[in-house]
Order: sequence, then C-alpha cells, then structure tokens
Amino acid sequence: MKLPENNEYYFEIKPKVAFSLNLKELFEYKELFYFFTWRDVKVKYKQTALGFLWAVLQPLIMMAIFTFFMGKTLKIQPDSMDYPVFAFSGLILWTVFSSGVTNAGNSMVSNAQIIKKIYFPRLIIPVSSIFVAVFDFFIAFLVFIVLLLAFHQPVNIGQAFLFWPLGLIITIISTFGPGCLLAALNVKYRDFRYVIPFMVQALLFVTPVIYPVSMVSQVWVKYVLAINPMYAAITLFRLPMMQQLSDPSLVWISLSSGVLFFFIGLTYFRKTEMYFADLA
Amino acid sequence: MKPILEIQSVSKKFSISHEGSPYLSLRDKLSDIVKFKSKQTREDFWALKDINFNVMPGESIGIIGKNGAGKSTLLKILSKITPPSAGKIISRGRIASLLEVGTGFHPELTGRENIYLNGSILGMKKKEIDSKFDEIVDFAGTERFLDTQLKHYSSGMQLRLAFAVAAFLEPEILVIDEVLAVGDAQFQKKCLGKMEDVTRSGRTILFVSHNMAAVQSLCKKSVLLNKGSLEFIGNTNEVVNKYLDLAFLSTEFKNGSVEFNGPTDTTRIIKKVELYCNGSLSDFAHMGCLLEIKVHFSSPKAIPYPVLGVIFRDSQGTPVLGINNNHYVGNVASRPLQEGDFSFIINSLPLINGSYSVDIHFGDNITDLDVRRECMNFMVEKMPFTKAGVLPDEQINKFFVQDVTWRVQ
Repeated sequence: MKLPENNEYYFEIKPKVAFSLNLKELFEYKELFYFFTWRDVKVKYKQTALGFLWAVLQPLIMMAIFTFFMGKTLKIQPDSMDYPVFAFSGLILWTVFSSGVTNAGNSMVSNAQIIKKIYFPRLIIPVSSIFVAVFDFFIAFLVFIVLLLAFHQPVNIGQAFLFWPLGLIITIISTFGPGCLLAALNVKYRDFRYVIPFMVQALLFVTPVIYPVSMVSQVWVKYVLAINPMYAAITLFRLPMMQQLSDPSLVWISLSSGVLFFFIGLTYFRKTEMYFADLA
Repeated sequence: MKPILEIQSVSKKFSISHEGSPYLSLRDKLSDIVKFKSKQTREDFWALKDINFNVMPGESIGIIGKNGAGKSTLLKILSKITPPSAGKIISRGRIASLLEVGTGFHPELTGRENIYLNGSILGMKKKEIDSKFDEIVDFAGTERFLDTQLKHYSSGMQLRLAFAVAAFLEPEILVIDEVLAVGDAQFQKKCLGKMEDVTRSGRTILFVSHNMAAVQSLCKKSVLLNKGSLEFIGNTNEVVNKYLDLAFLSTEFKNGSVEFNGPTDTTRIIKKVELYCNGSLSDFAHMGCLLEIKVHFSSPKAIPYPVLGVIFRDSQGTPVLGINNNHYVGNVASRPLQEGDFSFIINSLPLINGSYSVDIHFGDNITDLDVRRECMNFMVEKMPFTKAGVLPDEQINKFFVQDVTWRVQ
C-alpha cells in the first residue's frame, strides 16, 4: 500500500484544535444521525402497549387538562381560536422543545459508555435526541389537523404552508441551543440533571402556550416574555389561524434570542466536547 | 515509504482530585470560590510522558505494559476519544478503533438492528453493512436469532455478534484493546485468525493485550510502556522478555519480605509476608527447596479458625498451584488468635524454574478477610534435584516430581 504525503486520509491529532464547526466531518457522519435517532425512536416505543400513540396522547392529555382549568375555569378566550385548538397548537411545539431539551441535556451522560469507547462527532448525540422529539411532532401533527377540522377552525392555507414549517424550524433551532449547552454542562456538573426538569416546567409558564400573550397588560412583561425563543415559534405557528400578528417586534426579539442561544450552545459544546470522555 | 502513523512526543495529563468525587458538582466549585480554596487538593498525573514511535504501513504492533502503564490512554488518544495534552500524531490512513466489542449495542433492539447500529457507530456506511450483512451473520453464527432482541442472547452470542461486526471493518489502521480476553477458546482462535487475515491484507494493527501468546503470534514488533513512558521498542519476543523482567521486578518485595504499612493498610489484616528458602529469608527460591511462606497478621478481633490460602501464578499470570490449610489439615489454631504469624512449609518445592508470583488469601472459615494479589514476585532457580544432574525441559513441564521409582523388566 503506497501512501503519499498528504493523501485523502491525512490528519493530525493535536492537543487543542482551534474552534471549528467541521461541517465536512458532520456531513460524513450523516448516517449516524439517522441511526441514533432511529435507535431512540425504536427503543422509546419498544415494549409499550400503546406504541406511537403515546406521541399523540401526551399533548392531547395536556390539552384536555389545560382546556378544563384555563379555558373553562379561568375563562381564557384567545382571539379567533377555540381554546383546545389554541392550547394544542402551542403544546405540539412545546413538547418538541421540552422533550428535546430534556433528552438532549441528558444525552451525553446516558451515552457515556459509547463516547468513552469510540470517536464520532459528539454533536450527533444531542442533535439526534432532538430529532426524536421532532419525530413525535409529526405524529401529533396529524392529530392537530383532525382537531382543526373538528372545531371548524378557519385556516389561511397559503400562510400555513409557510408558517407551519417555519414554526417547526424555529423550534428546532430554539431547542438546539439550550439542549447542547445543557448536554455539555451536564457532563461536567451533574447538577444540571436536576435543573433541567425544573427549568423546563418553569419555562412553560413564561411561554404563551396555554394563555395568549394579549392577556398580559404591561408592555415590559411582554418584552421579557419575548426573550423566550419559543415565543416566536409558537406565535408564527398560530399565525395561519389568526387574523393578524399583533406585535412583530416581539417576534424579532424572540428570534434573535433563539439564534443567540443557538450559537452559545454550539460554541460551548464544541469547546468542551474534547474532554467529554475524560469527564463522563 | 512514509510511516502510516507518526507518534511525536505525545503526553497526557490528568488532574486527579483527592476528594474522591468522580465528577464535579457545582456546589464544590462554588464553595471553592467562597472559601478561596486553592487547587491544592488536585494533583497532576501523567498517564503518558513523551511517547515517540512510528508505524509503517502493514506493520502490526503490540502494545505491552502492566496495568496503569498507559496502554489504554494511548489507544484512546489514537482513537480521538481523548486529546493528548502535548505532542501530536500524524496519521496517513483512517483509524478504526475497537476498544470494546459491541459499543453501542442496545439490549432492546434485535440482532439485525444492532448490526446496523454498531456498524454505523464503528464508522461503516449503510451500503457497506448491507453488502457485508450475510458474511457478518455467518461469521457470528447467529442467523436463527436475527430478529430476537439482544437481551435474550447469551453473553457468548452477543460477543460473537459484536466481534463479527468489527471483523468486517476495513480501515487502513485498526486499533484493538484486549477484546480477545473474553469469549471461549474456539471463538478466540477464530478472532485471531481473522486478525491475521487483516495483517496479511496489508493493513496496520495496533494491538493491546495481556495475552503474551496472542501478541507474539500477531505482532512482529512491540512497544513496552511502563508508568507512562516508552520503555522499549523492538522485536516482540525481546519486548515480552523485558516486560516479564519488569513485571517481576517488584519494588516492595525486598530481601524476602514485603510489609504493608501504607495509610490504607492500617485496616487490613495481612501485615507482612515473608519467603524462606531452606530456612533463611530469600527473594528467590530454587527447585526442590524447603519453602516457607510466613504471613504476619493482625485482626481487630480474634479469629477462631484462621485460613491461609496461597496461590502461585506463573509468568503469564495463570494460577498453577493453590495451597490452603482447609484442604490439608483443617484448623491449625489451638485457640482464637488476634495476631500472629501463620505459615506453611513445603518440604520440596515442585515448581519448575521460572518467574512466579503469589497471591495471599487470609480468612476465617467463612470468607476472605484480606487478599493480597501478586504481592510477591520471585524466581524459582534451576537446581538439579537428582544425582543425574539433568533438568527436565521447562518448555514441557510446569512441575516436577522428586521421587520417582524406575523399573525395567
């Protein structure tokens, strides 16, 4: 076997590599994204009697609970939508975020056995666990369509084709940042194992999932709520069912915050991933 | 021809915390800040120091060393699992590493699913796995259970499946750690055969093992690591001999005696072990000598039925002889003892010349109270034991028998 000085496989292993995304390498490992996602989806529903139905039941039950307490008891009435449609449209994206962040946050620790024994770009692990949540989204989305028909919800179809995918993409980006940040932090400080569920629960109440942001009267509170990256995702996702967007500046704030978190999470993860095997 | 791997002054440092916490907690970090505690409790530990060597394409290199010599760390650096602290490695081929068989195997998935999952974790493309799937299943011999969940497999079947996937990797450089230490003898042979095929096809192997025979049969050249440094590199037979010298050059066992008086030893029962050859303290024995092993013990409470077990291991670490007073005389103590010397004497040591080590088990009639594994390493030297003066062949014999009656009719 003759090998030239710089053949296609030439590489160096050095103490500290300058920060780089190394998208080329990620692309080479694209199949592994698929296999990890596939594994987690399979394992998640193996030995469950209801199987994929759980992906539907979780947001449905949440929706029923919130409809009863918020809609019926507190008489919250969103503009131009029945409360169940309102709640479900928020919850299907919220579920992607909450289970995405939770799974991604714990993913490096739960896959510690693998990362100690073999190399591949570490980013694959948290990203795949976010994809698992996205997979559940598609199942729940079918139920969402049924719900729209059942409640005779008027939908602007043209907008739907634009804003539904956009809402999902923003959700994925918003999940990625905190997910990767927590995954990396969790390797080093296991405290985050306890912080994550608490944080996700608390965030639900500062996200307009179960109440419309129009209920909030103080302007500054609205701006604080808009820092939450999920604000934009959910608002845009609901846009095809609403007459108009009340305050575009809030969406822009939320979007910027999502992108900022994305880069913070990515940078921190990339900077610390080399030492995961030593710490995990 | 350029080397396929150039390892240039590679070092690896770990900071070890003396507080014993396996991972950091934020509270520790915060309290450190509050208390202005310096990092005095942390200590640097060099797992590897300035390792240099080159590997040519097609070579298979054994990496040998005692536990903690840095073998696994070196393999982890080569596999990109952990970065070196200094130095660099230049590679001119793809490296696939096999630090464990069945990495990523999931018990809930079926055999078929695990082949795909494990294969892709090891770096195979789906197309590659598709094309080799039948061969993999054939090599593992598990076709009947392909659609059974892995958790229902026996451990041997899991291992065969795992090795089969790895055996069909086709990188230029294959890094293997101790994977042959498991599995039955027949399968081990099959694996070794497969690895010989790999070297014959011109690929490069780096192989870590404690099995000297496996290293000798696979690798012409070897590297000896000792306490993180490269001790010696060269012909495998030479390296194996150096390794054996090193393994038996125990630092604690001197002048026929080893004492345990470190900080962790205060709570343990075995305090001192001594070796007597023909009645005097000695750090070696010879064939047929009067051998005494004396164990000084001290226990927090009196032991009514002390049991002393001594296991002799040969140079490969294989136990060859075990002696335990339960098997001979039962209880030798006339009254419960809290402290004392417990010894046994063999009138004629039946071991053939070579290096041996000894495990001491000290217990009561129910359980081991203290075990000192390989606490003494010593040579048994050649000594003619009959008038003939010719010694038995050490290639064949591990033991010899002193009194043999011969008769011709």
